Amino acid sequence: MWKQIISALRLFIILTVVTGIVYPLAMTGVAQAVFPKQANGSLIYIDDKPVGSMLLGQSFTTEKYFHGRPSSAGADGYDAAGSSGSNMGPTNGKLVATVKDNIEKVRSENQINESVRIPSDLVMASASGLDPDISPEAAYLQVTRIANKRGITESKVKELISGKIQVKRFGFLGADRVNVLALNMALDQLKNK
Amino acid sequence: MITDSLFFIVFFSLLLLMAWPLGRYMSKVYSGEKTVFDKIFSQIGNICYRLAGIDARQEMNWRQYASALVIFNVLGMIAVVALQELQTILPWNPEGLAAVPFGLAFNTAVSFMTNTNWQAYSGETTMSYFTQMTALTVQNFVSAATGMAVAVALIRGLTRRTTKVIGNFWFDMVRSVVWILLPLSILVSFIFMQQGVVQNLSPYIAVDTLEGGRQTIAMGPVASQEAIKLLGTNGGGFFNANSAHPFENPTPFTNLVQVLSIFLIPTGMVFMFGNMVKDRRQGYAILAAMLLLFTLCLGGVYVSELYGNPLMGNLGVNEPTSMEGKDMRFGINGSTLFATVTTAASCGAVNTMHDSLTPLGGLVTMLQMMLGEVVVGGVGAGLYGMMMFIMLTVFVVGLMVGRTPEYLGKKIEAYEMKMAIIAILFPAVTVLFGSALSVVIESGLAGMANAGPHGLSEVLYGFASTAGNNGSAFAGLSANTLYYNLMFAAAMLIGRFGVIIPVLAIAGSLAEKKVSPPGPGTFPTTGLLFVLLLAVIVLMVGALTFLPALSLGPIVEHLLMLQGITF
Repeated sequence: MWKQIISALRLFIILTVVTGIVYPLAMTGVAQAVFPKQANGSLIYIDDKPVGSMLLGQSFTTEKYFHGRPSSAGADGYDAAGSSGSNMGPTNGKLVATVKDNIEKVRSENQINESVRIPSDLVMASASGLDPDISPEAAYLQVTRIANKRGITESKVKELISGKIQVKRFGFLGADRVNVLALNMALDQLKNK
Repeated sequence: MITDSLFFIVFFSLLLLMAWPLGRYMSKVYSGEKTVFDKIFSQIGNICYRLAGIDARQEMNWRQYASALVIFNVLGMIAVVALQELQTILPWNPEGLAAVPFGLAFNTAVSFMTNTNWQAYSGETTMSYFTQMTALTVQNFVSAATGMAVAVALIRGLTRRTTKVIGNFWFDMVRSVVWILLPLSILVSFIFMQQGVVQNLSPYIAVDTLEGGRQTIAMGPVASQEAIKLLGTNGGGFFNANSAHPFENPTPFTNLVQVLSIFLIPTGMVFMFGNMVKDRRQGYAILAAMLLLFTLCLGGVYVSELYGNPLMGNLGVNEPTSMEGKDMRFGINGSTLFATVTTAASCGAVNTMHDSLTPLGGLVTMLQMMLGEVVVGGVGAGLYGMMMFIMLTVFVVGLMVGRTPEYLGKKIEAYEMKMAIIAILFPAVTVLFGSALSVVIESGLAGMANAGPHGLSEVLYGFASTAGNNGSAFAGLSANTLYYNLMFAAAMLIGRFGVIIPVLAIAGSLAEKKVSPPGPGTFPTTGLLFVLLLAVIVLMVGALTFLPALSLGPIVEHLLMLQGITF
């Protein structure tokens, strides 16, 4: 019995070193050498200062920017150190109330009348709370507001969106979508030109 | 819908294409035959044996095998608790995360040891990088290897004759880790890192966002843990949002790699079974039954999520109306495939918040766990779990034709049936009793986040997940309480060792038996009839046990949702 326990302990320590220290550190070394950008969070810099990650959504509430999806990460949403979904079930009254509020907000911000249906991704919270994307429909819906606010033509904004759409690969892998942060950075650059 | 079906077909094709050669390779690995990688792996393996002072050629009877397994697992559990308690004084804790409270640390240790990876904590706010690596990543490897070892021991029991020994646990453990899990993990890590999964030891980064806000971005050695999390059907996310987090699963392509990684080894093991019993059709028959059940379940989840939530539609939301708890980039097809795969395979990683699935979508994911995690199932666990149902199937057939049931020439007698029934009933009873208790006492009810029938679903899902060693959750349930930490820890232990020990007992008993040649009265276990019978028995046992509970949870909720009732 004791012999077996000692053997087990020794093997456990060896496997811990191999799989828990050597393996992750080796992968870290390789990642830092071969994929330094991705391994460190695909960060985006403006004037050498990090403004966010290409992969993570961030909060946009002002009228001049495209808005992303509702987020349940952290108290104010888009907390990239506190990822979370809402975990509200399909018959939860709070879910219905929240989505209803979100719809009213989207309608009033973009002056959309009752007859137009709202893209679901724009009013329903994502799984991670950090979803970087919205559907192309959700982006086009915000064109008028942004064009007015920024004093540019609607066609210019639409052009910007269509250039940023990532389509499903092979027609079935993923979903058509637009990265909100990329879109908003492109908007800002438009102004600078 | 057509393109989505195409996606599913591509998934199945890639899976079978990769699992088939892996199955051949694994049968060589466990039989001790030469493989092409032996030059490197044998050396690593021999170093392990030498340093541990182990004679890997010395075979064990089933009791010795089981005791080695239990001792090794308990040591792992103690280590995981200790590392969580000591993380403040250990390296690589740039965020200065505190020692984990004991109840939570115990629950986590049991969870990772049993290959469940139920998480009552959020990774980014609880576990240091050192804990993630040396406690959790390690258990991801060795708990998976434990499951694989048990499956192999059972196959040895089926194929050997008149012997007491069923292999050497240390040999099976080292071979699983060094020959199979580690190389595959390195390969998959590379894909993930290239695609954007982070892999570093840096402190969290604070950035000033475009709008002038502040965002703190959690970091860590994610890719290396992510790979084994899926390949070992573990499922414990580095971050709270698990595979929905863009740093764990950044693109539709990584999503496909993730679902394939989950199913790869469990499917490969069924092919391996066919090779090891020297009759590949035996493996094909089991796989056919598994994939038949899986296809039904996938169809169920997909159609339900595509149909969506009419309550949302009524508010003026466009399709798809089931976007709550789903990330954009995966699409409905990638989200539903993941949800079905992860619950079929006792993985428990999620890219979709299951709590927000439509009632019937949630029902199917729950049902797959209640069926005993045999619809493909976890690494090793799926195969040995299914073996219990195969025993039951040949037993039922034997009763019908009035002959002693046989499987692969081995007579299945009272002892084997007793053990098989224990292995099937233990987890099922745990789910029902645990849920029943939790909905009548205060500390159980306090955890529910959703009212109405969905609250019951949350509790039911929690016990199905822990007893089935799955680890996914209807995550609204506040599980980090003393009551749930202990209840779920107990459920995980029963669901793991309440199955493994009877399985090893069967292995030992079968190994001692002679093999009788098939006679005219032998029921063939390779044909379509057997496949259908096996699938029906799995479904019947699950349905008879759980239909009443499911009716009160997701089924009632579905009906109320159609009537527009909310809670």
